[in-house]
Order: sequence, then C-alpha cells, then structure tokens
Amino acid sequence: MINFEYSRVSSVKAAVDVLAKNPTGRFIAGGTNLVDLMKKGVTAPTRLIDINGLPLKEIKETAAGLSIGALAINSDVSENETVKKNYPLLAMALNAGASPQLRNAATVGGNLMQRTRCTYFYDIAMPCNKRQPGSGCGALQGYNRMHAIFGASDKCIAVHPSDMCVALAALQATITVSGPKGERKILFTDFHRLPGTDPSKDNTLAKGELITGLNIPKNPFTKNVYYLKIRDRASYAFALISVASALELTGNTIKNARLAMGGVAHKPWRLTESEKFLVGKTASRENFTKAAELAMKGARGYGHNNFKLKMGPVAIVEALMKAMV
Amino acid sequence: MDKTSTTIPPFIDRVDGIPKVTGSAKFSAEYDFPGMVYGVLAESTIARGTITGMDTKGAENAPGVLAVVTHLNCPKLPGYESTAADIAKRPEVNRGFRVFTDNIIRFSNQPIAIVVADTYERAVYAASLIKATYKKDKHNTDLNEAIKTGKPVEGNNFKDYVRGEADAWKNAEVKIEVEYSMPLEVHNPMEIHALTVNWEGQDKVTVYEKTQTLSSTQSSIARAFGLKNENVRVITQYVGGAFGSAFNTWPHSIAALIGARKVGKPLKLMLTRSEMFTMVGYRPQAIQKIAIGASKNGKLTGITHEAMAMTASYQVFTEGIVNGSRSLYACPNVNTRYKVYPLDLSQPTWMRGPGETTGAYALESAMDEMAYALNLDPIEFRLRNYAETDPESNKPYSSKFLKEAYQMGVDKIKWNERNREPRSMKEGDWLIGYGMGSGIFSAWRGDAKVSAKFLQDGTLVLQTGVTDMGPGTATSMTKLASDIFGIPASQIKFEMGDSNYPPGPFQGGSGTTSTLGTAVHNVCMNIRKKLADLIKDNPVFHTQLIHSVKPEDLVFENGSMILASDRSKKITYADAMKNAGLPQIELLEQSPANPMANHTAYSYAVHFVIVKVHSITGVVKVTRVVSAVDAGKIVNYKTAESQIIGSAVGGISMTLMEEGVIDHRYGRWVNNNFADYHVAVNADVPKVEVLFVDKPDPILNPIGSKGMGEVGIVGFAAAVANAIFHATGKRVRELPITADKLI
Ligand SMILES: Cc1cc2nc3c(=O)[nH]c(=O)nc-3n(C[C@H](O)[C@H](O)[C@H](O)COP(=O)(O)OP(=O)(O)OC[C@H]3O[C@@H](n4cnc5c(N)ncnc54)[C@H](O)[C@@H]3O)c2cc1C
Repeated sequence: MINFEYSRVSSVKAAVDVLAKNPTGRFIAGGTNLVDLMKKGVTAPTRLIDINGLPLKEIKETAAGLSIGALAINSDVSENETVKKNYPLLAMALNAGASPQLRNAATVGGNLMQRTRCTYFYDIAMPCNKRQPGSGCGALQGYNRMHAIFGASDKCIAVHPSDMCVALAALQATITVSGPKGERKILFTDFHRLPGTDPSKDNTLAKGELITGLNIPKNPFTKNVYYLKIRDRASYAFALISVASALELTGNTIKNARLAMGGVAHKPWRLTESEKFLVGKTASRENFTKAAELAMKGARGYGHNNFKLKMGPVAIVEALMKAMV
Repeated sequence: MDKTSTTIPPFIDRVDGIPKVTGSAKFSAEYDFPGMVYGVLAESTIARGTITGMDTKGAENAPGVLAVVTHLNCPKLPGYESTAADIAKRPEVNRGFRVFTDNIIRFSNQPIAIVVADTYERAVYAASLIKATYKKDKHNTDLNEAIKTGKPVEGNNFKDYVRGEADAWKNAEVKIEVEYSMPLEVHNPMEIHALTVNWEGQDKVTVYEKTQTLSSTQSSIARAFGLKNENVRVITQYVGGAFGSAFNTWPHSIAALIGARKVGKPLKLMLTRSEMFTMVGYRPQAIQKIAIGASKNGKLTGITHEAMAMTASYQVFTEGIVNGSRSLYACPNVNTRYKVYPLDLSQPTWMRGPGETTGAYALESAMDEMAYALNLDPIEFRLRNYAETDPESNKPYSSKFLKEAYQMGVDKIKWNERNREPRSMKEGDWLIGYGMGSGIFSAWRGDAKVSAKFLQDGTLVLQTGVTDMGPGTATSMTKLASDIFGIPASQIKFEMGDSNYPPGPFQGGSGTTSTLGTAVHNVCMNIRKKLADLIKDNPVFHTQLIHSVKPEDLVFENGSMILASDRSKKITYADAMKNAGLPQIELLEQSPANPMANHTAYSYAVHFVIVKVHSITGVVKVTRVVSAVDAGKIVNYKTAESQIIGSAVGGISMTLMEEGVIDHRYGRWVNNNFADYHVAVNADVPKVEVLFVDKPDPILNPIGSKGMGEVGIVGFAAAVANAIFHATGKRVRELPITADKLI
C-alpha cells in the first residue's frame, strides 16, 4: 500500500471542498471495498477523505417515500422497522449480501460505489480495461464464470456485484449527490452505466461529487416481494444470478410488477419489458415463464458463464413464484 | 457434547482451549523481539522463463528498507551449493526450487526477491516497487493439455499394479467405465503460514515456524545453511490448522532466514492469503478413469483404476490416489495405473487424506454407479465384496470393524427406509437424496521419544518435540497419560512444540496418536514400574503370595498404588517417593516403530449424507451427515469427534465448492482469495453426527487406536455426489458440483 494523506470532514461542503483541492483523493466510508483495492494496488488515492463524520446516517419515511442517508450502515437499513415493513425487498437484498461483519461496516453510499469483483480487475499483473484502459479485457476469453450476459462490450464483461442495488433498481430509487456545482438527483437506472468503450467509468457520478443519500418513492410492494440469490454457498458469496421481484396483485391479477437482476450486467439490470408484459396478466407460472423469456432477449454467454442463459430465466420464474407466497 | 452421557466414555476438554479462545496462545507470527524487522516477498508475474533484469533501486531507496535480496546478491547457501553438481545430475523434475539461486522462473508468483524493512507496511510498499524483466518461455499449466501433448514423469513410483488379470472388468456380466475429474484444492487453514526468525550471529538461529514437523524443519534449515542441527531451534507452540501444508520447509521460510541473517535482526515474515495459494502447496488436480466389472449377483470380478494427476516441473509429488482401489474390496482382478504430468505451477503437496481422498471420490462414486447397474443397494453391494483379509498383501488385518461401521450408519440414518429409486423423494420443490461412501486409510506407528518427570507434588510433566496443528494432540496425550498413570488430567503438563525436546513424530498421516501414544503409554508404564519398585519390599503389601511387589500386583488409581488383591492396602505415589527420599522420577522413553510384518492396518470411515437439491435452481444443501468410523480405540471422545466433524466440513467444501482456477493463458491463479475460493460457511454445514465403533486394535500399538485425522474425509465427496444422484437422477462426474451443473 502506498502512503497517503488522511483528513476527516464533518460537513458535506467540507467534503466536496477537500476533494476539489485533492482531485486524486478519495472518500472513504466503511472502507470494506476501498481498502481492499488499495492493498491489491488496484487504486492508490493520495488522500483519504473520511466522511464517516457527516450527518448522513438518517433513515426516515416521509409522505413521498423513504429517504436514506449515504452513510447509513447496511445493517441499520436492513434492520430498520420501517424498511422491513414498507420496503421489505430492500431489506431482503441487503441481507443477502456479504456477511454480517461486512454489513455492519458497509455504508449505502459505499455499496452503490463498490467496484466489480472481476479477478482480472483485481490482479494488476493481468490485463483489464477497467483498471488500465487499453490493456485489454482478461475475462473476455478468460475465466468468466461470474461475468455479464447483458449489455457487455468487447472491452469489458464485468458485472456490478451489489445486491442492494438490484432492489433499488426495481424500486426506482433516486440518488442525491452534491458537488462543486451544487446538488443534483440521478435516477437509479441512470446511475450505473454499461461499459461500452470506456469501462473505467462504473457510473455517472461526476468528478468531485459526493453521494448524500437516496430516496425510494412510496410503493405498493410490501407483501409480494422476493430477493432470490443463487450463489456457490449458502452465505458470503457474490451472486451467480440474483433476481428482485415485486408484485402488486388484485386477486390473482398483476396490477404492477417490478423485476431486476444482479450478477448479469455492468449495472443492476432492470427488466422493464417483462414488467410491462406482466401487468394485467394472471399471476401464473406460465406467464412468469413468458416474462422470463422476454427478459433473456439479447443475452449472450462468454464460455464459463453460458449457464447463466439457462439459470437466468429459471431464477426469474422462481423469484416471481416466491413473491407469491 | 454431554459429559454425563452414559454411552460416551469420559473425555476431557481441550487443554489448549482456554489459551486459544483468550488469545494467550502464541502462533508463529505473534512473537515480538526488540528491533524486529519484516520480510515481504516480490513475485514473478510470468509462469516460465528467465529473469533478464531486476530493478531494485526503488525498493532499496524506499523509506525503512534495510535490504533487498534477489538471485543477484543472495549469499550462497552451503546446502544449496554443495549439492549443485548433484542437482544437475537429477532429472529436471526433481531438482526442487532453491529460492534466489538462479534466474529461472518456474511458476507464476515465484518469489524473486525479499524486501526487509522496519515495518510491515514499508516492506509491502517497497516490494511493490521491484521491477523485473523477463524472457518468457512457453508455459503449460493445464493438465488436460499435458495429457494430450506432454509426457508423464517416469520412475519407480509409476509402475502399473496388476493383481490377477488386467482389465478383467471387460469380460464381466455387468460393467461400467466412467471418468471423474476434480480440480486442484488448496488447504487454506485459518492461520496463514508465518515465521519469526531470530539469529544469534551467523551460525545459530531460533525459528518460530508454522510446521507439522519440528525435526525435519530443523534438519532442512540446518542443511540449507550448513549448520549443526542443534544450532537450529524450531519452536511451534500452536498451529492454526495446516491439513498437510506445513510439512515442507517452503522457499518463503528460507527467504526469511536469508533476509534476517543479512540484516542481523529478528525478522518476521507472514504470507498473505493470496500467497497461501502459491507458496505452500495444494492438492493436485486429478482425472480418473475407473472401470468395474461384476457378476450379476454383485460379486466383483475386476477393477481398473487409472489416475492422471499433476506435479510441478521442478519437483515430483506423488500420492496414493489409486491405492485404495487395491485394498478396499475383495476383488480377484485389480489393475491400477498412476501418472503425473509436470506443469509450470508451484508444487503440490499432501492434503488431508492425501491420495486416498482423490481416489475414493472416484472409486466410491463408481461403486454407487455399479450398485445401480446391478440393481443392488450400495451397502449390500459392498457387503457382498467385503474383504476379510487384505486383498493386496494377503495378510490378515490388525483389526477391521468396517461391517460394524456400515451397520451403525445404516441404523442411525435409517438408510433402509429411503426409496432407493433416483429422483423419487421430494419435499415441495426440493428433491431429497441419500448417499454413502466409504474411506480407507493406512494405520501405522512410527518411532518417538518422550521424556517424563514425575514430581512428588503429583505433577507429571511430559515433553516431546511434536506440534499440534489442531486435532488436540496435547489433549489426547494428557487423557491417555491420565488414564494409564491414574492421576487427574489437571496434574499433567504436556509440553511440546520445541525441537529442544526429545524428538516426537511429525504430525500427519494419521499416525501421531498411534506413534506418540505408544511412547506416552510406555513411559507411564515405566514410571509405574519405578513406583512399584519403591514399595517392592514394603511389608504392608506383602501377602502369602506376594513377597516382592510387582507392578502387575497393583492398581494405579487416583495417585495411589493399590494392592489388587486387597484394596485396603494402598499408598499414594507421593508417600512412596517421600519414604524413599526420592524427589522425582525422570525417564526418557524411546518407543520403536511397529514394522507390522504379519498384518496390515487400516482405519475406515463410512459416510452417510442426506441432501436437498432445489429442482429449479439446482442449489444443493447437505441436510444431514452421519459418519461412522473404525479408528480403533478412541482416546478422547470429544477431540476425536471434532476431527470427524472437521472432515465433514472439508468434505462438503470439496464436493460442492472448492476449485482452484488457473488462467492457462497466463499460468496465473484467478481465484486466489477467500472471496472467490469458496469453502463451506456455517450455513452450509448441518449437524454432523459422529459414531465410533471404538474397538481396540490389538496389534498396532498398546493403546489400541488406529488414527482418524485423514480417513474422515476419505470417501466423503462420493457420499455427497451419490446423494445428489439419488436426489436428481443426474450423475455429475466433475467436482465441485455447483448449482449450474444441476439445472
Ligand atoms: C468478502 C466480501 C464479500 C462481499 N459480498 C458482497 C455481496 O455478496 N453482495 C454485496 O452487495 N456486496 C458484497 N460485498 C461488498 C460490500 O457490500 C461493499 O464492500 C460495501 O458495500 C462498500 O461500502 P463501504 O462503505 O465499505 O465503502 P468504501 O470501501 O468505504 O468505499 C467504496 C467506494 O465508494 C466511494 N464512496 C463511499 N461513500 C461515498 C459517497 N458517499 N459518495 C461518493 N463516493 C463514496 C469510495 O470513495 C470508494 O471508492 C462484499 C465485500 C467483501 C469484502
């Protein structure tokens, strides 16, 4: 690890100012991702700006929905009574992630910003366009079991590893950020991006901006929701595939549906076509299967991850079936 | 475990339990000395070739750096030098890797330099500044490729074995021929390998090292540095797991010794988790072909077992992958073939149940396939081919209670109540499956020395140069001594982990309890003799028949000698010694190995497993494990049970998760960390029920126990894989069996 400077800030403005003065610095929240990357030599910020003292830990419900501060701890969110009652999909997704120890340290802002777990990204002796633009994509013809089946490019087939973000994509959250030019809001599905020709950028956060929080609009998805995560062991493993499903039902008819997948793309993958298809339909395995088929349009495998083409639709159907019970 | 249970013999808690959970137990990385410095390795990024240039300037000038050692400036080690000619004569595959002696790269992440600095962080940083340039040669790290285009290693270890007729299975009434593959697996004990080195001048050193064997660590270091054995002291008070990774004196340890001697300061070197994948061995990948033939009534007529495994280009490693197939079942015709192919990877080594674990996965899976082909229950099939004498040597067994183990497991898991039809048992969306597999592992007894000192205050101090990687050797030896010598465990101090003590056995191969237990047994019996001698002429103990008291006349209980024929006549050990004016009794016991000229000895385990497989997502959950074990007499029930529980955890990991992945284009690891290399977590492991036959082996040693550390994992993977077949009707012949292979 390379020597770095360290400062602690206690206001959003101070945080943004310090970063503006130290453009090669980096915010540190829980540190569960950033410190790993520094130890591996993937990133070497010259200054760590500790934002844990910022007053951005609040979780509160308003008439418009739920607002969560960027520094709220993952487990505080998933254990919050309001979240469990009115936003259960979010709690389920959070609890499916990492381990209790990590969830006790990780923040919501850090979770949004966590970087891919692609092993080529982590090993600085291997090529990776995300880490070192122009060096090539090690995973494309390499070991790509964990990699994307949607929206990848020949420059990068990495996936975004977060579970929480899959639920947030389904729940249409909005992210609030603060930067040198003031505050702005970013729609969740516009936040993370596809790799295209520039995989070095994970998201649309502009240089110098700080995430201050996020909002989830009030929604009817309190009962028929499920977060299905298929992984290589029962806990403490990233998703091979995950599906966030939420249904609003009247009788057996679907009034409203939300679906998003994790472990399949460079961003949480919202399945809007499938959602549209389901609205007005009977909630049945048959219709879920059709919705899953729609979802898989355009999917492609890269070798080791070909199984995801088969596991994907199965997981979607299963997540919807589970949301029913 | 319930201490008041009437079915379980009394046991003691771990004697090292409190130090371990309170943190007072010192592991090799936890010794601190004034002026301590830190060693960190720089490693190659290519898998094969030569170093053409090394830029160490940046590292040398980095803050806190005291030395950078590479092949260019490494002091010559007498042990490496004197054998140089000798090395050149050896085939390339046996030259070994001698750190910093040449510019050849043999595997990716090979150590190419050690940086010594005043803090760990500074050493890490400086090591990252070392830049090497290479001339790359074509490498191969792919076993399949080597089988196709390469040549296996030649030598005596690779002679085909034929009993009866080769390939007799081909003429059988019922036959199968199948292939199984398993990836390489890494020990990954919780404690990373580490050592602390403290030189006194240039010729004397104390090394706090993670090792399973003090004596060979001592002699390998002495040999490399040209020192007398007694000038190398190795101390290993505690080991946080090893599973076989801590037998060798690995290159990183020699590098640490070189670095420390160069700067003349105490030095600590701790591997990282990633380095645990490339520096301290692994279980080799293996592809196995197995064919079985039997008559319609289920009598085996032929077994052919062929294994193709890997080794390093610079060092041959062999293990008994196919050996179990020669001895587990009575079968007149057996032939086996074993080949290893050199690859450009670091060298493999022993890993829990070495060889047998790999082999039993194939044999016991194939036996299950054969049972289905014969329409026989897998247990019935095995019973029809039960070996009453060792089919390989034709010698009788020292003891064999495998039948009893089968029965215990069958009863406990209610094996006969399941529906044998594959894919017939369901619970909602979950398919239920039962599977079994058995394991065999050689039991043996080596030689060992132990010293004993019995003091008037009733304390017995035993000392021996053994280390304990976790099974609880100190605990079981304390229990043994307590039982034999007739004093409470709390009065016994079992001291170990120091090469200054009389040399004990290495820890591994399931031989520690048998070997060291014999020495402890003998030394206790000999102190009993000395004590009896003290009262030999004491008239109190004389009767019409006894005029001179002999040990056989006495019972040794609760610190007293009691006349067996008249229990009212007794004397405490302390009084006997006081009366004789003897402050203490000291003995050194050397117990010899048992060559087992007329018998063969094995431990056995039978594993029964119930799994649930999700019919839609392919997710597998092991919901019940029953392991029934014939390990001879159980010395201490609690620690023995933990050994088998640990094996089950390892077995679940091996079957469902573990897979070392190399990107063959670069010859580099891609999952060398704990986020990507999966081992079971608590949520993956059900309650593991352990049953012991607990009958003494009358031949192997005086304590009657055979050994169990290895056998607990042998055959386990087959049990899980067979259960998955029973649940789903699908045979996955490739480990690990992950969800994607079942959808
Ligand atoms: C072994 C392991 C297993 C894991 N398994 C899972 C899993 O199964 N599922 C899952 O979802 N996650 C998993 N995680 C990832 C974990 O969720 C993230 O590490 C965590 O959420 C990051 O949060 P943090 O607060 O620690 O971020 P930090 O490490 O502090 O920061 C991460 C990044 O975010 C930036 N950042 C932090 N806060 C802000 C802010 N307010 N504004 C702008 N930038 C900010 C930092 O500069 C840094 O670049 C795992 C992690 C580990 C180590």
